[in-house]
Amino acid sequence: MSFQLRYSQYNERSILIEWPVVIDEETLKDVLFFKEVIGVVLIKESVELISAYNSILVVYGYGIDDVNSVFLSLKKIYSTFDNLKEINSKTFRIPVCYDEEFSFDLESYSKAIHLSKDAVLKLHSEAIYSVYFIGFLPGFLYLGGLNSALYLDRKTTPSFNVKKGAVGIGGKQTGIYPQDSPGGWHIIGNSPIELFNPKQNPPCFIKAGDKIKFYSISKSEYQHIKSEVINSCFDFKTLLVHD
Amino acid sequence: MIKVLKTGFYSTIQDEGRLGYLGYGVPISGAMDSYSSQFANALLGNDEDAAVLEMTMTGAELLFLTATTIAITGADMSPKLNGKPIMMFKSITVKDNDALTFGKLIKGFRAYMAVKGGVLSETVLGSRSMMQGITDDIRIQKGDCLDTMKPSSLILPKHAKLKFDASYLDEDIFCVTRGPEFEKLSKDQKDVLINTTFEVSKYNNRMAYQLQPLVQNDLKSILTSAVLPGTVQLTPSGQLIVLMRDCQTTGGYPRVLQLTEKSINSLSQKTTGNYLNIRMND
Repeated sequence: MSFQLRYSQYNERSILIEWPVVIDEETLKDVLFFKEVIGVVLIKESVELISAYNSILVVYGYGIDDVNSVFLSLKKIYSTFDNLKEINSKTFRIPVCYDEEFSFDLESYSKAIHLSKDAVLKLHSEAIYSVYFIGFLPGFLYLGGLNSALYLDRKTTPSFNVKKGAVGIGGKQTGIYPQDSPGGWHIIGNSPIELFNPKQNPPCFIKAGDKIKFYSISKSEYQHIKSEVINSCFDFKTLLVHD
Repeated sequence: MIKVLKTGFYSTIQDEGRLGYLGYGVPISGAMDSYSSQFANALLGNDEDAAVLEMTMTGAELLFLTATTIAITGADMSPKLNGKPIMMFKSITVKDNDALTFGKLIKGFRAYMAVKGGVLSETVLGSRSMMQGITDDIRIQKGDCLDTMKPSSLILPKHAKLKFDASYLDEDIFCVTRGPEFEKLSKDQKDVLINTTFEVSKYNNRMAYQLQPLVQNDLKSILTSAVLPGTVQLTPSGQLIVLMRDCQTTGGYPRVLQLTEKSINSLSQKTTGNYLNIRMND
């Protein structure tokens, strides 16, 4: 299916492409497909692409003179490749330690949504989440697929310092803080995995369109993986789920 | 090599920014006032994206351990070499053990010092721009030694005639285009944006500049989408936020205006209490 897209000029060298305002898998697939094709077709023009739930920003390496001809060429790219919509997607298992040492807000959070702690952890770790895009902080994954029983508005007072690796729930979203940061999400665990490493290229091993699943680990498993990560001998390929 | 004796208020190494990683949520960064930074590099015959020292509000105190040439542009912080005032916007020869200091801030807010061949600091993801969460160092520290090219590899700069257009340092009219959510504003709100003289609030840094007064607003947040330096967001409480070079790559507030590249450079030279007017480019 083809979507009705809206094209507009964003600044001197960028074009914004927008899909209808919804969060769903169909839109995600189409956004990622178009993003991939633009990247391939315009590979020599060093374009930058920022995709989100229902949009792609195309940032050219030069100023745009004739915006209409740029719109036309993008529209042509979209229509030409319409029948090849398969995105290469991987699934990763992400270890999370839900021990009370890390799950600062689990007690208050589970009370607020009227579930037991065990029920929260079960619902959180049994779902398969889609990575919609990366934004907010380097390596911060916007995940879709949270069980609606786990929805809860953000904390009214944000925490000043949420630790790197913290796994939280805020509104209809769940995610992992890739670095220490202020934040308003309810923290229910911590993952020893490094989601963003600026010393590696690419700096994230997970990309938009991939799927992730959380699994529970003990404190000693957490320490073991953490030390491997710190010593740069953790192989993220061990997290890949093979179908 | 350049030794840092004093850092100044907030000094960082910047080049033209980190491109190629926006899709991973990595901010672009780079010199806040890229016109000044490029101009300083041009004076020395450097590539325009060579790394420079960006100094905010007060200048650093630097000791040159090797002879080289430098150029200072952007804000006028009364630069002196061995205690004697030196010209800005001009290549300056420095010898071993020369000391560069700065004095009173006369005009602008960010000064740039380029050095022949650029500052050779750590490159992370294709850029030397310092950024929290990306580079190990997020600003220069007292006692740091900044690597530069060895004197033997220096070629004397050609004294090209370059004219620095300093008028933008005094600019108080900021050119903008419509942001993606501009049309969602009411007619009154549009009028307010165009006809109000805004003031830079005390919340201004490399990530964003907040403006006051508040603009009456009932626009709700949008589905998170891309933002860029120069994007002007309007929060539900009516706060206008102008995103700057270190901004996030995505945001959820309506994007009502977009500053031109030139206006981003001009705003970088403004600070708390400075005034600005917005002019729509059609």
